[in-house]
Formats: sequence, structure tokens, C-alpha cells
Amino acid sequence: MEINSYVIFFAAIFTSNILLTNFLGMCSYLSVSRELESSFGLGMAVFFVLTVTSALNYIIYHYILVPLDLVYLQYIVFIIVIAAFVQLAEMVIERFSPLLYYSLGIFLPLITVNCAILGVSLFLVIRQYSFIQSVAYGAGSGIGWLFAIMMLAGIRNRVKDKYLPKGMAGAAISLLATGIMALAFIGFSGVVIIQ
Amino acid sequence: MIILIINNVVILAGIGGFLAMLLVIADYFLANYGDCNIDINQGKKKFTVKGGSSLLSSLAEKMVFIPSACGGKGTCGLCKVKLLKEIGPVLPTEKPYLDKDELKNGVRLSCQIKVKQDIFIHIPEALFSIKKFRGKVERIIDYTYDIKGVYIKLDEPKNIEFKAGQYVQLESKKYGKVKQVVSRAYSMSSPPFEEDKIELIIRLVPDGIMTNYVHKQLHQGDDISFTGPYGEFFIRDSKADMIFVAGGSGMAPFKSILADLEKQQSKRRIVYLFGARTEKDLFLVDEMRHFEDTLADFTFIPVLSQADEDSDWKGKKGYIPPILKDYVKDPDNTEGYLCGSPGLLAVTEKEMHKLGIKNVYYDSFG
Ligand SMILES: Cc1cc2nc3c(=O)[nH]c(=O)nc-3n(C[C@H](O)[C@H](O)[C@H](O)COP(=O)(O)OP(=O)(O)OC[C@H]3O[C@@H](n4cnc5c(N)ncnc54)[C@H](O)[C@@H]3O)c2cc1C
Ligand code: FES
Repeated sequence: MEINSYVIFFAAIFTSNILLTNFLGMCSYLSVSRELESSFGLGMAVFFVLTVTSALNYIIYHYILVPLDLVYLQYIVFIIVIAAFVQLAEMVIERFSPLLYYSLGIFLPLITVNCAILGVSLFLVIRQYSFIQSVAYGAGSGIGWLFAIMMLAGIRNRVKDKYLPKGMAGAAISLLATGIMALAFIGFSGVVIIQ
Repeated sequence: MIILIINNVVILAGIGGFLAMLLVIADYFLANYGDCNIDINQGKKKFTVKGGSSLLSSLAEKMVFIPSACGGKGTCGLCKVKLLKEIGPVLPTEKPYLDKDELKNGVRLSCQIKVKQDIFIHIPEALFSIKKFRGKVERIIDYTYDIKGVYIKLDEPKNIEFKAGQYVQLESKKYGKVKQVVSRAYSMSSPPFEEDKIELIIRLVPDGIMTNYVHKQLHQGDDISFTGPYGEFFIRDSKADMIFVAGGSGMAPFKSILADLEKQQSKRRIVYLFGARTEKDLFLVDEMRHFEDTLADFTFIPVLSQADEDSDWKGKKGYIPPILKDYVKDPDNTEGYLCGSPGLLAVTEKEMHKLGIKNVYYDSFG
């Protein structure tokens, strides 16, 4: 509870990266990381949705579910909120920035089922974060996820035309690279602990 | 207990309902663009449409047809229109198809931009003469195991006027699991002088929406509609030698062109190289041999890339580009006409340029 929001923000990017330490949000991470450009698009969309939904879910949890004594409904409610927000975001972006809509548009629907988003909402409840802390954690996790997928995309681009044993090509080498990245990130974890 | 359950359901439904309502309201305000005016060629044609759809489909709704061989998927780049007033930034999906001048002059892909405000466009006058045709399938012919010929007898309008080599855009209907209605380009293979019907030659594409519709759903007597004619793929008026190159259903425009040339009693020297995998992929060979008899100087050369080992095929084997040089007499006085898959076209065009043939025209089926 005492942890500074800035610390949470940076910790969520590095020491407790949602993807590399909790391994959440793996499927879109593995399937979209083929090119840097689309990885960036998806990463930005995840960042945006994570930041806003952690704020929304914080409010709904503390001002609706807790007073009504219905916290066990959190899973369903969080998912509905995320789904509705993604829909809304899609509409707003389409109306006001067709350019962004075309670069993000195809990734937005994918985000509803990205478990990192639900994971963050659940973590901020478990860890009893305040509102500011929650938003910091959401935004930090988003940037952390963006980092991770961009790095994997960069690695995959380099590995692409190198010789690999048959069984190693594709998902196998990506998972290995992710594991090594995770090790590197865990190296940061002595710096600060937020969980 | 019951109260608890009801309580839960009500709360959950409440939250869900509230969010849904929010979305409906947002949709009403955000996705409602009201009525928009479209003005074509400075007042030549004007109408009002409901905003929100693509410019291409809004125009088609009002019977103005823009070439759109890919059916609005943003992959053919044929649906260009010039905007007289800017409506927003060029989208990444359009960029690959627009060159510098076009970008400067406000040319856009009409299938990619949405009508959200009043729009002022300029299109070539010729597009006004493109019509929608309704007809009935008169007969379907099996040319090979994966290529069919479809004859369509016109009902409304009763006649079509076109140049040999042009194409139409056929419209599919919903069938089976496919809930989409699509439109795809097919070259007319019947000659222009048969005004009351057209023939299309259609090769089955695995999992293709239109080709599966034509091959498996369409029967004699069925109603069918298309728009057209479109395209710039026709014989240029000159005395030069001509080399035709096609593969598969790329036969279609040449069948039409050859019948037209026969009628005009053309004296031009023509070599037609037709690429196929095996003998099973060859069709209309007798018809082509017939043209060899009736046209002044025409040679049809089928080339098989994977002729069966044990077949008694005596014709050409291999691929077309390497043997092209054997048929070019005077490159400066030769025109190339190519039709078929983008792969075949790319290598053949390159080879023709290498041989010094400058005038190469093509229709890519990609
Ligand atoms: C100017 C022009 C003229 C054409 N004339 C003819 C013609 O006379 N006869 C004819 O048969 N076709 C012709 N085509 C191609 C035709 O328009 C369709 O693209 C094709 O029939 C596939 O339509 P579909 O709806 O069945 O496939 P879709 O549902 O659009 O595609 C299904 C899948 O197949 C792939 N695909 C699409 N086209 C092909 C192809 N040709 N070969 C292999 N894979 C493909 C797509 O990428 C997609 O993944 C022409 C195309 C153009 C642009
Ligand atoms: S219709 Fe093909 S790109 Fe627009």
C-alpha cells in the first residue's frame, strides 16, 4: 500500500513485467510478433486499453462490487467492462482518426481476449492498490507489454533467415527467446518488489 | 438463497445493460453520419446517400460503377477516383496503389474511404456508361477438371456493347455458410458481335467465394447479375506483330479477341503461347486450331510445364519466358499481350522487355 506510484509504474515495466514474469498475454504476443510495425500497433492498443480499463475496473470494484458485497462477480464484470470499453474505443477511433483506426483497428478486437488485461485488473484488486497506483500499474504494464513484444519482434526478424534445426523453427525459438528475455528481466527484480 | 441469486442476476444484468446502453448511445452519435451529398464531375450527377458506407458501395447503390476487380478488398487498386475537396489523410491501405502525382492530385481508392461528409469527385466520363446487367445462365461447359465456361443470356438490358478483352464484375449470392455477397472480375470470352449473351471462363480457386459459387451452386436457368464492361485490355490498332501469352483461365480474353480478329479478317501476325501444367489442363485446343485455319497468320503453341513422363506429348515443354525469343521477329514492331496470374505476367513482361519489346499490355488476375 505504501509503494510510490512512480515505483509501481517503473516496476511494472521492468521488474514485474506482466508478460515476462507473469507470462500473461502470450497468445497475441506470439502470433503478432512477426513484424515490428504490427507489434507496435498491437502494443500501443494494449497500452491504451490497459490504462483505461484498470481505472474503470478500479472504480467499479470499489464503488459498486464492494458496497454491494459482490466481489466474487469480479471476473465476469471485469471482462464485460473490458469488452465494452474495447468496443467503445473502436467506435471513437474510427470516427475521429481513420488513420489510427486502420493501424490499430484490426488489433483492437484481439485485445478483449488478451489475458494480460484481465490479469492486471485482478492484480490491482489483490494487491489493494489505490486509484493512482492502479492507473500507474495499468499504464506501466501496458508499456512493459509493448516493450516485450517489440523486443521479440526484433529478435524474430534477425532469426528469420538464419539456419535453424527443423524442430526449432517458429514457435519453439520464439518461446526460447522469451525465456531468455524473462531471465534478463528477472535480473532487475532485486531492485524493487511490488507484489 | 433465491434472493441472493436474483440479486446477483439483477446487478450483473444492470451493469451489462448499462454498458450496452452506453454503446448503443455512442453508436448512435458516433456512427451516424447523417445524409451526405455526393457530387460527380462538378454537378454532372448529384445525389444524397446515407453516410457511413464506403464511397465505392455508395456510388454503386446509385448505379455509378467504378472498376473494382477485387470487390472492395483494397487489393486491386482499380477503384481510383479523384477528390476535388480533401476529406482526410490517405490511409495506409491506399498508399501502395497511389503514385506521387496521384497523391498530390487527391486521387484515392474509393473502396477504402467512407462517406462521412459531402464529397466532390471527378471520374472519367466513360464510367457513366457502365451498366448493371441481369441475365440467366444459358449453359455451363466443363472445359477441364477445374475450369468451367458459363454462358449468360441477357435479360435486362438485352444487349451489351464492349471491346474484346474487357471484363465484367460478376455478383454472387449468399449460399451455404457464406453470408457475404461478393463481386469479382471475369474477362468476357465471347466476341463483341454476340451482343445478347456473354461467356465467362472461370477457374476454381480452392476456398474461393465466387468460384465455388459458380462451380458448385450455379445451374442452368439461374438468375445472375453483373456490371460492366470495364478495363483497358484490348488490341491496339496497328499493323505490328502480336504475341499473346496466357495461362489457365487467362484464355478468356484471347478467345474473344481472336474471334473478333477473325471477323475483321485481320492480316496481322499472331503467336499465342498458352501455358499449362499437363495435358489435362489444356482446353479449347480445337477452337484455336480452327483460328489457325481461318486467320491469315496465327499460330497456337501450348506449352506444358509438367507433361507426364509416359504421355505422348509432342508439343513444347517447360516454361514460356525462355522460349519467347524464338517467336519474336522484330521487337520494335511487336506488341505483347499477357493475361493470367501475377507471377506469370511479371516474369513474362520482364523477359519481353529484355528482348526489346516495348509495348506490353496485360490484365493481371491477381
Ligand atoms: C481484370 C481481371 C480479370 C479476371 N478475369 C478472370 C477470368 O476470366 N477467369 C477467372 O477464372 N478469373 C479471373 N480473374 C480472377 C477473379 O476475379 C477472382 O479473383 C478469382 O476467380 C477468385 O475469386 P474467389 O471469390 O473465388 O476467391 P476469393 O474468395 O476472393 O479468394 C480466396 C483465396 O484465394 C486466393 N486467390 C484469389 N484469386 C486467386 C487466383 N486467381 N489463383 C489462386 N488463388 C487466388 C485469395 O488470395 C484468397 O486467399 C480476373 C481478375 C481480374 C483482376
Ligand atoms: S476495389 Fe480493389 S482496391 Fe478498391
